[in-house]
This record gives sequence, structure tokens and C-alpha cells, in this order.
Amino acid sequence: MGKGIEMDKEYLVLTYADYEAGIRDGKLLGLRCVACKKITCHPMPVCQWCGGRTLEITELSGEGELVTFTVIRIPSEGFEDDVPYIPCLVKTKEGPSVVGRLDYDTERATQELLGKQVKLSGAYTYKGDKFSGGPRTCPVFSLELSND
Amino acid sequence: MRDVAIIGIGHTKFGRAAKTSIELFSEAALQAIDDAGVELKDIEALFQGAALPGFEEGQVMPAGFSAADLNLGPIPATRYEGACASASVAIRDAALWVGAGEYDMVLAGGAEKALIMGVPFATRTFAMACHAPTEGPAGLTFPGVFAMAARLYARNYDLPLDALREKMASVSVKNHRHGALNPLAQFYNKLGDLKVEDVVKSKMVADPLTLLDCCPFSDGASALVLCAAEDARKYTDEPVYILGTGQGSGGPLSKMEDLTKPVSRISSAKSAFKRAGLSPKDIDIVEVHDCFTIAEIIALECMGFFEWGEAADATAEGQTESGGEIPVNMSGGLIGKGHPIGATGASQVYWIVKQMRGEAPKGNQINPVPEYGMTDTLGGDFGTLCHIILGRSKK
Repeated sequence: MGKGIEMDKEYLVLTYADYEAGIRDGKLLGLRCVACKKITCHPMPVCQWCGGRTLEITELSGEGELVTFTVIRIPSEGFEDDVPYIPCLVKTKEGPSVVGRLDYDTERATQELLGKQVKLSGAYTYKGDKFSGGPRTCPVFSLELSND
Repeated sequence: MRDVAIIGIGHTKFGRAAKTSIELFSEAALQAIDDAGVELKDIEALFQGAALPGFEEGQVMPAGFSAADLNLGPIPATRYEGACASASVAIRDAALWVGAGEYDMVLAGGAEKALIMGVPFATRTFAMACHAPTEGPAGLTFPGVFAMAARLYARNYDLPLDALREKMASVSVKNHRHGALNPLAQFYNKLGDLKVEDVVKSKMVADPLTLLDCCPFSDGASALVLCAAEDARKYTDEPVYILGTGQGSGGPLSKMEDLTKPVSRISSAKSAFKRAGLSPKDIDIVEVHDCFTIAEIIALECMGFFEWGEAADATAEGQTESGGEIPVNMSGGLIGKGHPIGATGASQVYWIVKQMRGEAPKGNQINPVPEYGMTDTLGGDFGTLCHIILGRSKK
């Protein structure tokens, strides 16, 4: 082959399967870019900040700030048993944001929660349906005790 | 590139349809063909938006069957899928192909039959335009995504959430007022005198968005005949020219810098303005993607019609009404007119063309007729954005 490309080169250092397995083990895994030193999470084949091609697996602290959330009252088919529940967006201490769920009383979930410190506290695994490509796991966050 | 014109337009009634989506598309297409006064044999290619036909009717590859249904012969016919922006990207590509000289006359538009899926399954399939690996297990729905954006908008601009909810409600009040006057709208003659408190007190879907903050699920189709601008006056005295288009792509929600300032939309609108050689102050009317009330507010700021953080107040003050700074969604928008997702972009163009011909329904027609108009269509959670700038004259 031209330019000596290895046919069996592995381009993905951290796959979704690895990322989801990490969450189930209580770890938020990401990638450190050798070029810009910034962290990519959830995983991508290249750095989410600079497009850098050399990435190393790293573990994030799991700590961050609650950017926003909602309380779902009318769910998609397959999520009826979860209602009401709280999808959320968390900006991690290390920089990247992640989507997950917030473990919090839905009746007390008000606008004042925005900006609060949260920490990875578990995993939520959706059993999946015909269209989901199998079960899927996302991180669950809880408020840090100091600000609850 | 050659200039491109719209010479014929078609639009089915939006709402619940018994016809198949291919029949709906054919109906809109034949209307557009008749409106243009051309023959089916003049059509050289077909560009059809369709977001979820596999889930609705077990039909993928609908464009080929639409071409067959219209007996267009073995011409190239392609389905475009950009979630709720499917028809807009179909029209944009159609205009690019005609502009490039590959075809002289084409059909473009879209169709959808979302109501047949019912709310739980429709919510599931629409959520497929979210990022499945990360947003799927979180159980995000489309109202959920925009509810998150609404909360962030309130925080970014130090607005009490209840105050923002009232301003958002004024989007629904305005769009239902115009939808109720539009005979092709899903809510024709309905909900035309909504009050802000009706919206705020309606059933909660995804906190803080209520049912009346959301557009409905819909069936319907819309289609356009496009041709090279140099030929347009052979067919019509009132061609509408496509002056510029833009398209932008986003990604997973978590990779966005700010949900209330989607880069995909800013970039798409900018490139459409650049192509057209126009700026927001030149535009007389817009149809924007108000899938949710907050979405209209975000769209207007991203497109440059208002400064960041000012579109909510501007809407509450009536600046987006007929006679205001920039009339927005005089067709009723997605909220009042309905949102058959694969057809919406074509419907937006249809209603701008109607405005330019002075043929919009009484109460919705702006005066004087607009010289320049623009559409804004959003697919997914800011994953696909498309803008089309239209004018009554070539520049």
C-alpha cells in the first residue's frame, strides 16, 4: 500500500463500548490529546478540540457543573417506566461536557440547580429496543453533598 | 453557477391524512406542475425530503416510487434525509444541480406521515435524530432537548424561568393566530385566540415546555418546480429566485459550546447571506423552524435578526408580528401550521412564495408584498441546518 499504511491499524483508541463499560465500573473515561493536552469525552476518533490524531486514554474525575437539565413527562416508547426522569448536561472539571441523567427528586428540580457541582454517582443502562443497537449506558450524576 | 427560479408550488392540507406519503407527495407535485404550467415530461430529476418513511409505512427509497407514481420515467430520483430539515436540503441540492447546469427543470420537496406512528413511537423515532449512543440512554426527547436549551437561555440572560416561559408563550400565541387563518394548516380555525396563560398552563411535556410550546406531529407534503432563471419567464410572470442557500452541520449536544448559540445555524445563515449578498436588515419576512417556542427565539438570534438575548423580549413586544421589525412565521409556522418533518422546508418556501405573490391568507399576508424572504430549517438537535434566501427579482 502507498505511504506504508498498516491495513490492521486500529484508529479508535477508546470505543463507545469501552466508554460505557467504564461508566458501569464507576469511571468516566476519556482521551488526552498529545498535541493540545485537552481532554475528549465522550470518545471520538480525533481530539474534539484540535482534531489531533494522537490520543491517550485517561480517567476523568467525574466531577463537574450542571449546565442544564429537563424533567421528561412525556417519554419515548420504551421509557414509560422511568417517567418522570431528568436528562442533564454536565460540564466536567476537565473541560468536555457529557450527557447523562441526574439522580434528583423531580418535584424539587428547579432552575436553581443550574450551575451546581455534581459528581458521577452511577450508571444508567437502557435495556434497548429493536433500533438501539443493543443496551446503552449513560452516566448518572448526583449533586455534591455540600450544595444540596 | 446559473441563477435558479421557483416557477411552481404545491402544498397538501397538513394534519391527518389517509393517503400514503407517496400519494401526498404526488398531490403536491402535480399542484406545483400545474402551477408552473409545465408538463411532467419536462422534469429531469426529483429531490424528495423524507425523514422516517421506513418507520411510518415500511417504505424506504420513496423518491424512486414518487417518480414512478408520477410516471416521470427512469429519471434520477433521490431521497434526502436531514431529519426535520430533509426538504430544505433536498431543495438546496436541487438548486445547486440546476445552478450547475446539470438539469434545466426539476421537482423538489418532501412528504411525511408522522401521525400514523402515534405519540410514543413518534417520540421514539424523532429522538433517533439525537445522538443515539450518548443521548439515547439518557432518554432525551426533542421537547427535552429544547427544554434544556430554554433553561440555559434563562440562565444566560438572568431571566426568571417563569418570565421566559411567558415570553416563549407569545411565540405560540402568534403562530397559532396565523395558523388558524391558514386553510392548509393543521390547526385551521383552531387555537387562534390563545392566551399566554393557556400556553403556560397547558400539559407539561418536558419541563419547562408544555404541549402548547410544541409543534404537533403531522402528515403532509409540499413540492416546488425549479428551473434555470433564464427560462423562468417562459412559464410565469412571477418567478421567485433562489438568491442564496446555506447548510450547516452540528453534532452531539455535549460537543456544543452553547445550546442557545448553535454554530451550525450561525454558519449556515451566514453562508446563505453571503451567497445572496444580503444581510438580515434586507429581509422582509422569514419562516423559521419553530418546532418549539424557544426554538424560534434561538433561530432569530442566530440568523442575526436580533442581538443575543433580545429575541424573547422582541417577540413578546410584537416585533415579530405583521407590521413589526421582521414578520416571522406568518403561515403559522410549525406550531400553527403543522410539521410533517420531511415536507417542512418546502412548506416554508411555499409560504414565502405565496407572500411574494400577494396570495397569503387574509390576516397573514404582509403589506407591501415582501421583496426578500428567508427560510430556516433545523434537523435534529442542531445536527442539520439549512437556510434559503428568496427574492422577487434577481439581484
